[in-house]
Parts: sequence; structure tokens; C-alpha cells
Amino acid sequence: MAEEAVLGHLEHNQEISDSGVFSQEKGIDHDELVNIIKSLNGFGLVIAADIKREKWLLSDEAQSYVKYGSAEVLLFEAVPAEGTAKAKLQEIVKSKLPADLDDTTKSLIYDKGWAQAMKNKWVGLADSQVSRKVEHVEDRVKDLLIQIQNGEAVGAKDIDALKRRRLISLQIWKGYSVKKGPNYAPKRKKAATDLVRDHLQRDEWKDIEFKEYNFLAKGQPTEGGCLHPLYKVKQQIQMIFLQMGFEEMPTNNYVESSFWNFDALFQPQQHPARDSHDTFFLKVPSTTNSLPEEYVERVKTVHESGGYGSRGYGYDWKREEANKNLLRTHTTAVSTRMLYALAQGPFTPKRYYSIDRVFRNEAVDRTHLAEFHQIEGLICDRGLSLGHLRGVLEDFFSRIGMSKLKFKPAYNPYTEPSMEIFSYHEGLKKWVEIGNSGMFRPEMLRPMGLPEDVQVIAWGLSLERPTMILYGIDNIRDLFGHKVDLSLTKRNPICRLGLN
Amino acid sequence: MPTVSVGRDRLFAALGRSYTQEEFEDLCFKFGIELDDVTTEKAIIRKEKHLEEEEPSEDEEVIYKIEVPANRYDLLCLEGLSQALRIFAGLDPIPTYTVATISKESMLKMHVKPETSQIRPYVVCAVLRGVTFDETRYNSFIDLQDRLHQNICRRRTLVAIGTHDLDTIEGPFTYEALAPKDIKFTPLKQTRNFSADELMEFYKKDLKLKKFLHIIEGSPVYPVIYDQKRTVLSLPPIINGAHSAITLKTKNVFIECTATDLTKANIVLNTMVTMFSMYCERKFEVEPVEVTYTDGRSYVSPDLSFYQMEVPLSYLTKLIGVSLPAHESACLLNKMQLHAKHSISEKNEASFTISVPPTRSDILHLCDVAEDVAIAYGYNEIPKITFPSVKPQLLNKFSDLIREEIATVGYTEVLTWILCSSKEISTMLNRAEDKTAVINGNPRSADFEVVRTTLMPGILKTVGHNKDHPKPIKIFEVGDVVQLDEKKDVGASNYRKLAALHCGSTSGFELIHGLVDRIMEVMGTPFVSPGDKTGYYIESSNEPEYLKGRQAHIIFKGEKIGTFGIVHPQVLHNFDIPDPCSFVEIDIEKFL
Repeated sequence: MAEEAVLGHLEHNQEISDSGVFSQEKGIDHDELVNIIKSLNGFGLVIAADIKREKWLLSDEAQSYVKYGSAEVLLFEAVPAEGTAKAKLQEIVKSKLPADLDDTTKSLIYDKGWAQAMKNKWVGLADSQVSRKVEHVEDRVKDLLIQIQNGEAVGAKDIDALKRRRLISLQIWKGYSVKKGPNYAPKRKKAATDLVRDHLQRDEWKDIEFKEYNFLAKGQPTEGGCLHPLYKVKQQIQMIFLQMGFEEMPTNNYVESSFWNFDALFQPQQHPARDSHDTFFLKVPSTTNSLPEEYVERVKTVHESGGYGSRGYGYDWKREEANKNLLRTHTTAVSTRMLYALAQGPFTPKRYYSIDRVFRNEAVDRTHLAEFHQIEGLICDRGLSLGHLRGVLEDFFSRIGMSKLKFKPAYNPYTEPSMEIFSYHEGLKKWVEIGNSGMFRPEMLRPMGLPEDVQVIAWGLSLERPTMILYGIDNIRDLFGHKVDLSLTKRNPICRLGLN
Repeated sequence: MPTVSVGRDRLFAALGRSYTQEEFEDLCFKFGIELDDVTTEKAIIRKEKHLEEEEPSEDEEVIYKIEVPANRYDLLCLEGLSQALRIFAGLDPIPTYTVATISKESMLKMHVKPETSQIRPYVVCAVLRGVTFDETRYNSFIDLQDRLHQNICRRRTLVAIGTHDLDTIEGPFTYEALAPKDIKFTPLKQTRNFSADELMEFYKKDLKLKKFLHIIEGSPVYPVIYDQKRTVLSLPPIINGAHSAITLKTKNVFIECTATDLTKANIVLNTMVTMFSMYCERKFEVEPVEVTYTDGRSYVSPDLSFYQMEVPLSYLTKLIGVSLPAHESACLLNKMQLHAKHSISEKNEASFTISVPPTRSDILHLCDVAEDVAIAYGYNEIPKITFPSVKPQLLNKFSDLIREEIATVGYTEVLTWILCSSKEISTMLNRAEDKTAVINGNPRSADFEVVRTTLMPGILKTVGHNKDHPKPIKIFEVGDVVQLDEKKDVGASNYRKLAALHCGSTSGFELIHGLVDRIMEVMGTPFVSPGDKTGYYIESSNEPEYLKGRQAHIIFKGEKIGTFGIVHPQVLHNFDIPDPCSFVEIDIEKFL
């Protein structure tokens, strides 16, 4: 109502010169009017200018004087013409005051009236007798107060007197003068935050105004799931293997026997890797139920006394050691099973890969976990050489963004020749070791039954290491395991490995 | 991998030249060892005591910590390491180790009693005559034993080495196994006599020795070696006697290796004697010891004979993947300490007779020989042979990754037509005629007049035909638009775009804005202040297809790559959509 009054008035008039006057004219509460003016001003519909005025305000006492007369007049009129005893005066005064006043107010009027009437010498006191000293009095105080209430000018001397009697006090009044603003419209449109169905249905969309939108802030976060960074990298590496013609090996078998994990790989039984410090051996099930016996016999022989052109290790190979169950320490245990299976039929060349979990009995620190993921690739074919190994490694690693490689001779019980793979890290400005590779030893392949001219070139690396290098993560626990911050997984960008 | 600490200056003196650290690292890399750390004796002590790092003073000896392959026991000391590197560099010939020829009668003897079979059945021995020790050589001699014990000896379980001053003892020796209480002697570093069982208790407090006690503890008999006068040489694998201890003045050294594995005992003995025979009066000559058993078996140790192998040249070249002339292969073999005698077989094939020295116990098979040739040739010199393989189409694979991300945040993929009517890309979008569009010359209907220049009409048509679908509708499409392109031979090019739309009771403008943020997040692009070219920001826009005040451009690395906003109600009306929609379209080729 107030908004309509303001906007409607301005439609035909230049301005509202005084909000105080306007509120009285329209019968609107001034406070309500002020709020509306402020709001309209904020949206630029009107321009409001401040008005400040000083105003004398009547106290409660003064207002009762306006209504009933001043205390001194009331007292004077209560004194009987014949006079009365002082002791009886209060009672007489109170009885003549209007009945709707309470006793406390009556007492107050008596006190104030007595003091002022005495001061004005309207009454006198002699021998405990009160009497009128003048015949007639005018209630000037009441008149003055009415004048002030009506905003009429009153002499400074009178103001001063009333102020001293605390009948009036000064108050600053605030109001506005109002003109049309730049966005003036006879009717304000409602500000919206979004376009809604009603706007379309009621054809209101032309009239809506939007609240200011903050493009410096982000939008409402999306909801939905996210994939784990490590598996995003895994997916890309799987794609790379497929493009290189590799077939995935089934790796869903964490429990393995020492035979397939070590012995079949020509890893001697005294090798440090077979120490309980490095490998999780199992209490339940502690040993394997069966092994391919003929193959076991050939493996035993090659360890003890060699064969296939080898000297062997020259030690007593123990079946109990081979029977011990463990959590596989590398996926090469799976590769071994696959190659053994391959050797049981007519030879066909194969390219295999796997990316899966392996376990090591290691102390957990920034770069080591008791379990991690191994990436492994192998090619089984006739006439393979170190040149082929270099070629396939170059192809594989360049696809994961490591195109500058060099190779270091290394030792590994089941590969010979062995090559450690180093990649030049542009950020760290140094060569970092990224994986191992080599040709599987004849002592591993021949007992399986693979023909003499068949070689296997293979390489392995962890999934975690290239991922940590890729995302600049220096603590492996921030990448993998239950301590990983979920928001990190949510923020993780797409993995572009294999797209270069 | 085992680590060997050697003094840098002594190593360089032995190599006959000095290297910068980089040069030395390079040499190590080629040879297959690794310079793990460069430190000083004092720094090592400070580290052990957890003291503050200090600047090393000039006069401190620099120590190189070098990692060597776990099967190269001959590289576990300065002597072997420098010798191998000198031969690798072609500075030295391969040493010829010889066993001194002495008659059986004058040969030292070790007699093995049958009881030893209960606990530690094997022993092999040798003598080094006329050795000149100095402090450095002496320390190296002790260190090598430690490293062998740690590695091949598997913490003394498989083999334990005892070394003695031969001039303090007198053969023949006996290797026995006796009840612990019956063995009494003064052990190394002690001054009083202990019985063996007493000693085992005593060493339970010894940090270094306590970890070996389990090897014999609990056995009714302990192995022990005596000389002719019943002087205890050692209580293997725990401790030697004090009496026969080696000193700097020792000239003649008696070495015994007791073992549970005879092959490894021989490797350990051979390593000890080949490494330190270089300090003997007769360089590289070792005096043998005869080991006899009660049952009549006997052998002479050490066995320093060369192991012979026949290697066809073709085997080496095929495995490595390089063609090598025979003489060059022979040189490479020699660099790796392998003697090679060239011969031509009956079939006219080049072949080598390889002699593997006793230092190279790691050579088990021809493949080990092939590796040595490859190392000497240089791994990084071997030409690469590539396999056929295929590469992905970058733009398509990348689009697939983005598609997965958009779907995971709840948007359903739509696949709309490339062809549309010309008004769908112009007037129906409140736009003027699109002059960049490819125009079909013979369309069968108005639906196929032009090739789309934006994904917007296809998506809006989808919403218009899915009015009954529960709200909100959240859909997206990744696909190509075509625009005229003068630079292209045919005059037009494809451009890969991403578009997404939200439709509901509200337009979901903030949701589409949020989707833009998410796309940028999965692109790894940070949100930056306007003007910053390192990421993306949003800038309000004024495009006719969107509603004023609720639309914006997406600025990526300073370039406008897309727009999002509330679809203009007039456009919604044109496509017969009764509900408010917000839409985004981005050029995703800019992310490549």
C-alpha cells in the first residue's frame, strides 16, 4: 500500500517533498513509509534525499497537562475561596482531580501544583491555613504545550522554562524527499533468481527482473560419483596394452604357492625375497594341495643340477619350501602359470599383460605399502632379442609420457639379460628408475616345455609410481588405501595417459 | 642389492685415474652398478649417532656407497670392484688364478669327523701365503667377510668364514662336532676361557652376535675346528678363537668355510682367495688344503678351475639383436672377465669356447654370457626393433573420457542428427541467418537443409519430444558441428562440441553453471580471476538465444570457448518446450 502510494504519487507529481507530511496525508505509518522508500531507492526506482528536522517532544506529564490542565492551575482551582487547612489541602485537591487518574499521578499533580502555585504566588500559607492570593489564573503552560505540540513557534524564554520543568525535550526527526529514479516504473517488478515454469505459463517472463548473478563465484556443485584416480590410470594403461596387441591374463588369485611364485621362476630357495621379512607366508591355508608333479620334478632338477645348458644352483631343493602358500609377491606368478599352460599345447606366440594387486611384507612409509599394483607385460615368441625388448619398452613407455629412456644392467633371478628401466623426469631434471625388464631365463622356460628357440621378453612396474609422478603425489598413502581424502578423488581430473 | 662402501680416492687410485662424479656414475650405469650415496666416514658416524649435519671438512675421506648386483660376490670389496672395472675399461688382462702345486704329503690337511653331519656337514679351506696387509687391506679383508656373511651366506646359516694367522696354529686340523660343555676356548676380543654353552649365554647380550646363535643353539653338538695341539680355531658360525686372530703383521692366512651348502661354501672360499691373492708374494696364487672324511672321501680346495662353455656366435647376436664380428665379440667377452677362444665348427659356424673364471659364479648358462656381451656392447647402443602396434585417435578417445565424466554427474547422453533445417540454427534460436553453415543442395525435406553449426537445436528438439519425461531432464551430447572454412580443401571443417541441458520446474541455471565448473575441474583447469590466462573464468554475455541477465561466456586461457545461460523463452516456445531450460555449449578441441 505504501509502495503503491509512493510510486502512484510520483506518476503524476514531480516529487514527495516531505515523507513526514506525506505519511500524515496518506495515513501511513512513517516508519513503514521509510522502509519502502529505502527499498525503492535501492533498486533505483526512486531517488530519496535525506531530510532532518529538530522537534520538541512533550513528556508524559506534559501530555496530561494538555489534556487536564497544568498542575498549578488544577491546584489553584481546588483551593476553596474561603481557604483551608494545609493538612486538608491534598485531600481536597485529589478529590477534585478527574476520576480516571490514579492515586500516584494525583499525588504527583498535588506536589508539582503546590510547588508551582506557591512559586507563582497564586496561593499563600499562613498559620497552617492555605488561601488564594489572586482571584483568577490563566493556564499559560497548557497553552504553550499545545502550541509546541502543533509545531508552532514558541519564545525562547518559555521553551527554556518548560525544558527546566522537563515537560519538553528535543528530538531529531528523519525523513526523505523522494523523486523518480532511473528505473522508475509505476509498478515494481519482482526480482527472480531463476526462470521458473510459472513465468512461462503466466507469460510473466518479459516482466521479471533477475537478481544480480555473481559470475566470480562458482556454480552449484554437481552431484554424482567419481572413479578412483589409480583405476583411471589403470584403464588407460589397459587401453595401451590392447593397442599394442596384448591380451589380459586372469589375475584374480591372490593366494599362490611358493612353487608358482618362486621355484618355477628359477628363484633359489635361499633367495632373500623368500625370507619372511619380504613375503607374507600363510598360516591358513599353509600349503598347496597339488602341483603338476612332472613339471615339479623338472624344476627341482634345474635348481639342483641344471640342465638345458645350465649349471643349476647346486643345492638340495626342498619340496616343503615349494609347497608353502603365500600371498603372491608379483603377478609374474600368473605369467608363469600362463606360460606353463601355453607350453602344454603346440606353440603359438602370445602377448600377455596384467595389472593387479601384489603383496610384500614391507614397512609402510611414504613410498611403500604392504600391497600395491603391478603392471606386467610379456611377449612369448621365437627369435626375440634385446632389440625387441628395447623396441617394445620404447613403444609402451612413450605412450605413458616417458619417451626418454635408458637401460641399466641389473640382476634378477628369473631374467637374463635383465635391464632396469630409467626415464628422464623433466620436472626433477634427473633420471628415475621406473621399472624392470628382461628375457626370462631358459631355466624357467625350458622345464615348462617351451621349445628351445622360444624367448620371452617381459617388463614390470608398479601402477602407483607412474601415477604418483603423473599427479605429483609424494606420499603413496594419499593415493591408495583407506586414508585417501575422498575430495582428492572427486577433484581428480581425467587421465590422459595414452592420448599423446 | 648389497651396498659396498669404498674410499673414493683409493678407488680412483686403483682405477688409475680420477673421475668427476658424473663420469663415475655414467661408468657405473653402463657396468650395471650404482653410485648410491656419496658421504664421509664422519658423516656416517654422525648419522648413526643422530647428530646435526655438518659441512664436511676438506681432509675427510669421501666414501662412495656403491650398489652391486646380488649375484656378483666378486664386487663386494674394493679389490674386486676395481679389478672388474679395470678389465671392463680394457686396462688389465683377466687374472689367471692358480692353485700352488705342492705334493699331497706337504699339503695342509683338514679332517672332518662324522658328527659334523648332524649340524654343519661341510668345510672347505685354503691358505694365502706371504700376504702383505696394511690397515686398508686388513679392513677390506674383514669387510668382505661381513658382506659375504650378510649376502650369499644368508647371515651365516649357509656358510661361515673363519680366517686365521697360520703361523700361530699347526696342522693337520680337525673339524668336529662336540657337546657344548666339552668345547673350551678364549674367543676373539675376550681374555678368558669360556665353555661353548657358557659362551652362548654370554653372547645373548651381544648385539652383533646374538642373531647368529639360533643356527646352532639347541643342537646336542656344536661344530668346532681344532689344530693339532687342540687349539680352537673357531666355533662356527659364531666366533673365532682369540689365539689365531689375524693382525696387520699376519703373513700367512688360513681360511676355513664351514657350511650346510657345499656349492656356496666353494663360492665363498673362491671369492675370499681370489680377491686377496693379489696381495700374496706370488700374486694370484693360492695354496690348497686337503679335506678328508672318516669314510674315506676327500677333496682338495679351493677349486679355481675355469668353467668351460661352448657358445655359438649366432646365439649371442640373435639374443642381443646386433650383428657382431667374432673378434669384436671376443673383445667384449674379455671386458667382462670371460676368456674366449674362437673356433669354426664343421658346419662353418663361428663359435667360442668360453672360460669362466672362479670369480664369476653368477655365470650359469649361455644367457649369462650373452648378457655380459650385451653389457660390454652397451645396452643403450642396441638398435630398437619395433613391433606393429596401433595408436588411438586422440580427439575421439578424449571425447570418450569427457562423455564418461558428464554421465557420472547425472546427465544422459543423447545422439541427435547432424542435419537440420536452416531456421533451427537461425530464427528459431533468435539468431540471424547463419552464414557459416554448409547448405544441402538437394534436401528431401526441410529437416535436412543444412549441416548443424551448433548442438542446440538437436538437444532442444529432444526436450520438445520428451515433454512427458519426469523432470528434471538432464541430457548432453558430444559431437561435431560443421562450419565453412576457407583453409580447408573442401571449404568446410568439423568442430567437436559438448552441449548439456537442464530442464525442470526451474531452469537450473546454477546447475549448468556447476556443470561448467565440473568440466573445467576434470580438465584440470583452475578457476581464476577475470583476465588471468592460466585458467578459466566466466564473463556475462548478451546472446540472443539466451535470456538477458542469465547467460555468460566461458573464457579458457584467455579465449572464449563456450556459452551457457537460460534458454530464451521465445526459443523455448519455438521448440514447443513448456518448461524452463538452461543450456551450455563448449568447444572441446581447445582442451587438447
